[in-house]
Parts: sequence; C-alpha cells; structure tokens
Amino acid sequence: MMKDLIMIYQVLPYLLKGSVVTIGLIAGALGLGFVIGILMAVEQIYGSKPISKIASLYIWFFRGVPILVLLFLFYFGLFSLINLNLSAFTAGVLVLGLRSAAYQSQIFRGSIQSLGSGQMQAARSIGMSRFKAIWYIILPQALRISIPGWSNEYATILKDSAVTYAIGVVEILTRASFIATKNFKTMPVYLTCAVIFIILTYGGAKLLHLLEKRVRIHGYED
Amino acid sequence: MVMKTKKRRDVKKMLKDKDIILKAEDIYKNYGRLEVLKGISFEVKRGETKVVIGPSGTGKSTLLRCINQLTSPDKGRVWLDGVEITDPRVDINKIRSSIGMVFQDFNLFAHLTALDNVRIGLTKVKGMEKQKATELAMQELQRVGLGDKVSSYPAQLSGGQQQRVSIARALVMNPKLILFDEPTSALDPELIGEVLEVMINLAKEGMTMLVVSHEMGFARSVANEVIFMEHGVIVEEGLPQQLFTKPKYKRTGEFLHKIIELYGESGERK
Repeated sequence: MMKDLIMIYQVLPYLLKGSVVTIGLIAGALGLGFVIGILMAVEQIYGSKPISKIASLYIWFFRGVPILVLLFLFYFGLFSLINLNLSAFTAGVLVLGLRSAAYQSQIFRGSIQSLGSGQMQAARSIGMSRFKAIWYIILPQALRISIPGWSNEYATILKDSAVTYAIGVVEILTRASFIATKNFKTMPVYLTCAVIFIILTYGGAKLLHLLEKRVRIHGYED
Repeated sequence: MVMKTKKRRDVKKMLKDKDIILKAEDIYKNYGRLEVLKGISFEVKRGETKVVIGPSGTGKSTLLRCINQLTSPDKGRVWLDGVEITDPRVDINKIRSSIGMVFQDFNLFAHLTALDNVRIGLTKVKGMEKQKATELAMQELQRVGLGDKVSSYPAQLSGGQQQRVSIARALVMNPKLILFDEPTSALDPELIGEVLEVMINLAKEGMTMLVVSHEMGFARSVANEVIFMEHGVIVEEGLPQQLFTKPKYKRTGEFLHKIIELYGESGERK
C-alpha cells in the first residue's frame, strides 16, 4: 500500500503533464464547438431553409457516429486522403470540436427558443438589424441560459477526450497506460487516472456554476 | 393610359399632404388558409390618436405588425410620411427606428436595466455616443415617471412599470408615430391607470399614436378617431362620440355594448 502511494507520488508529475494536454484538447474542442454550435443554432432558427437543412444534416451525422469511429474516419481516412498532415493533437481537437458543435448547437437552440419571439420582435421594432438583434439581445440571454447544459457538454467532452488515446495523443490515459505497461501496477495507476478525471470534471462544473451565478440576470435570483 | 396618369397624380397629391403621416392601402394578410386581413385601408394624421377596437382574432395586432413590417403583408402598401415603406428597396431597419412599438407583454430586454433598455436603440441603432444617449434615456424615463428605477432590471419592476419603460424605449427614438398593441391587456387592473396616464399625456403633447385597445374610456376620451374592425375588415370608422352613441352598423353597437358591460367605461374590469 505504502509502496503504491510512493509510486503514484513519483509518476504523478508525468500524469499531470497529460492533464495539461487533456485540458488543451478540450479547450480547443469546446471553443471550436462553441463557435460552430452558435452559428448552427442561429441558422437553424433564423436562417434560410437550405442552410438550416445543412445544419440538420451535420448534426444528424455527428450525433449518429461513435466518437472512436469519427476519430479513425477523420484521422486515418479523410485527413490522409486529402493529404492534410495534422498532428494527432490537432486532429483530436478538430474531431472532438466538430462533434461537440453538433451537441452545443442543440443546447443553444433550446436556449434561444426558450426566449420566445417577443425579444426578437422588440429588438427589430426599434430598428435593429437581425444581426444586431441576435448579437445584443438574443445571445446575451441565450448564453446565460445555456450554462447548465453547456456544463454537461464540458463533462461529456472531457471524458470523451480519453479516446484520442487511440490515435496517439499523449493525454492522461495514454500516459497512464505507458506506466501501467511498464510497472504492471494497473489498479493504482488507472485509479489515479480516474481521480484526475473526476477532479477535472468536478472543478470545471464548479467553475461554470460560479459563472452561472455571477452572470445571472437580476430579478431572477432564487 | 390617361386614367393611369391621373391616378398617379392623385397619389402624388395625396402623398404631399403633410398632415398624413401614415397611410395603409388595401392590406391583405393570410396565415395559411386563414385570412386575417382582407383589404384594410386607413390613414393617420400627424398628432392624431387613432384607436382600433374589435373582437379578439380580428387581425388588429396583425395589422400593427404589417405597418412596421414585423410581418410583411401579402398585398397592399404602407406609406410613412410620404415614403412607401412596403417598397422592398427601403431600408426597413431605418424605417422601424422611426416607428415606435409597444407590445402587450412589454418585451423589455430581460438582461438589461431600464436605462439600458431605453438607451440601446440610441447607441446601437442610431450610433449615438453613450453620454448623450444616457442623457436622453434618463429624460424619457423621467417623462414616464420612472426616474428612480433606471438601474432596475425588468424582472424587478411591476407590469405597469415595465410597460412605461417600454413606452420610454419607443419615445427615445423620437418616432414619427407609436404603435400600441393592447398595451394594458396584460396588466393587473390597478396598474392599468398609470400606463393610460402616460398615454393620455403623450396624446396631449401631440404624439401620433395608433392604439389597439379594449380601453373604451381611453378611446372615448382621447381618440380623435376610432376604427372598429371585425373579421379582417374595417366595419366602421369615425369620431368616438358618433361610434359610441350612434354607430352606423348594428354590429359596432353590439360589440361596444358587450365590451362596456364587461369592462366598464373606465376600462377597469368589473
């Protein structure tokens, strides 16, 4: 037992370096998913029929294919087919991000729709263009409402990021398996790996909850 | 050909008439197979308060929305101050900034303070600098009696206060006219008075207003003219005294009788 603890203490810095990679991976993916997700949500609600159709098709695809299949499909398939020489990390960010966009768009879509049409109408009635209305009136409210759902997406993508192990991104799990195959202390090593994920999940959720409280619209405090 | 030229001259003459700020001509609107508006034409003169009354589902709100093009009419034309605003070439955002609109359920921007609700049109639509915009917004909030509520958020205000902020939001843009879509219908009876008072003052100050309302007391005492609408057409239009005491059509009388019985003349629910 004591031996295991000492071993963990010794390999912890190595594993924590992996968590920096994981954080980078999900920050990139969530950011990419955020931008594309908002664009798709807005297009689905306010956009023209064809564009909204394209968005639906996109969501249908990325929600329907398992993450590992997506990763292989893009990294070993598409990217090499078009001669795109991406690092495993970049490919991981792209695939996780494109997939997250599909889910995030549905979070934002729900939030925007929950505002009702009155906010848009009032914004247009004072002469705002559709873009200004979305930018100044709709999104500031919709994003606030989206935080709980988005927190869920954060947790999901954090855990899904471990599958990038399969294409060789040197994140937490990859490092843990390196050690485990060397010293055969599988249980303590993978347990440490699990604890790091739990801390990251919990910490992120906590931060997002603080953010949610901080930006809450006055008059809606409970 | 001769006819056409003559007609065009008539239109020109009419449009030059400085007194007419709003003219709607032959407005049609369908929602699917439901015909909501079936050829509505009317005019509003500068400084006039016109009240539109009629049973629910008659198309009164749709009519207001067809004027500022929040809904585009299927057919018909609208002129604002001599400019045809149903022309697809006009900058509708610019036009809308000169037509105020007050909604039944206020539609204040929930994430903004009262001050920001009023100010945002000036800063983001008119591009006015913040300091000047703040000054003007404060003035309008004081005008509707809410000088002490500038930093409150909509959810912290009563319905009556919210509606007054929304009137200030319309006023600050210095509109050519304000459309009111049942401005007191969502209010508790004891809050109706404060909103009507603001509207009465506006009418006195010469603001041009087109009001859809069930407030018969307001219609009777403030309106220069009353329009009675039913089933997507204007049944009758005239001075309030005439409409209320001796309507031309039986249907107008029946409706007025019913509404006064229900709400009373003061507008407060019995």
